Amino acid sequence: MNQTGRPYTREQRMPIVQGMLVFVLILVILQLWLLTATMNAYLGGDTAIVWPAAVASLICFALNAGLVRYLRKLERRR
Amino acid sequence: MSSPIDDPDTISRPPDGRPADQQPAWRQDFPIDWPQDQYVERRDFVRFLTLTSLAFTAGQFWIAGMSWLRAQDLPEGRRVAAVADVPIGGSLVFDYPNEHDSCVLVRLSESEFVAFSQKCTHLSCAVIPRPAEGVFHCPCHEGLFDMRTGRQLAGPPPRPLPKIALDIRNGEIFATGVENRTV
Repeated sequence: MNQTGRPYTREQRMPIVQGMLVFVLILVILQLWLLTATMNAYLGGDTAIVWPAAVASLICFALNAGLVRYLRKLERRR
Repeated sequence: MSSPIDDPDTISRPPDGRPADQQPAWRQDFPIDWPQDQYVERRDFVRFLTLTSLAFTAGQFWIAGMSWLRAQDLPEGRRVAAVADVPIGGSLVFDYPNEHDSCVLVRLSESEFVAFSQKCTHLSCAVIPRPAEGVFHCPCHEGLFDMRTGRQLAGPPPRPLPKIALDIRNGEIFATGVENRTV
């Protein structure tokens, strides 16, 4: 619901979903870079960053999943 | 019962913003709820990206798992050859640490031996030693590695060749470990 206590209309949800899309896209690109950098480091024998990178990737996924969950919530309140 | 105009979500605007009666015939014949269409498209794209995000996370944990397994499975030392078997400037191919991990031993001088994995770090083609030029050459994409250090000199290889640690005792050469490097 918005500040006035009314559920969001579709017109109001549109910029929300677009903002989410940009945010999720940035996180996914970050994860792709993280995966390639980690793979390169792993193949080069540098295992020090492997677990921190996995945790960072998990945090990115948790943020993305949280946003999707929030979007579902917005739709359910209608 | 409320009229449709009371609910803003039921208003459908064509993509060009013109009134419905000015739309082309095909759009009038097959009207769809364009704003809803755009909303669902973006929402589903967000969901798809989140699944992609999950796949990347799974990939990260797969690498972490492989790294952990590799740390548990340290290679044991293995005899490669006798010193007398390799002439100065000569080379010898051997398998280490496993049966299918081909490596090259090169004798640089009377007492200097180096060994590297034979797999090119680009696409795993077998590198060929060229002792006269002091390089390993990858024939697939013209990659070159320095024979003394294993570092890449030219071509697409992204990393140096993994170095095989050697131990020479009583005229015998032993491989004792593999050193992967990023630079």
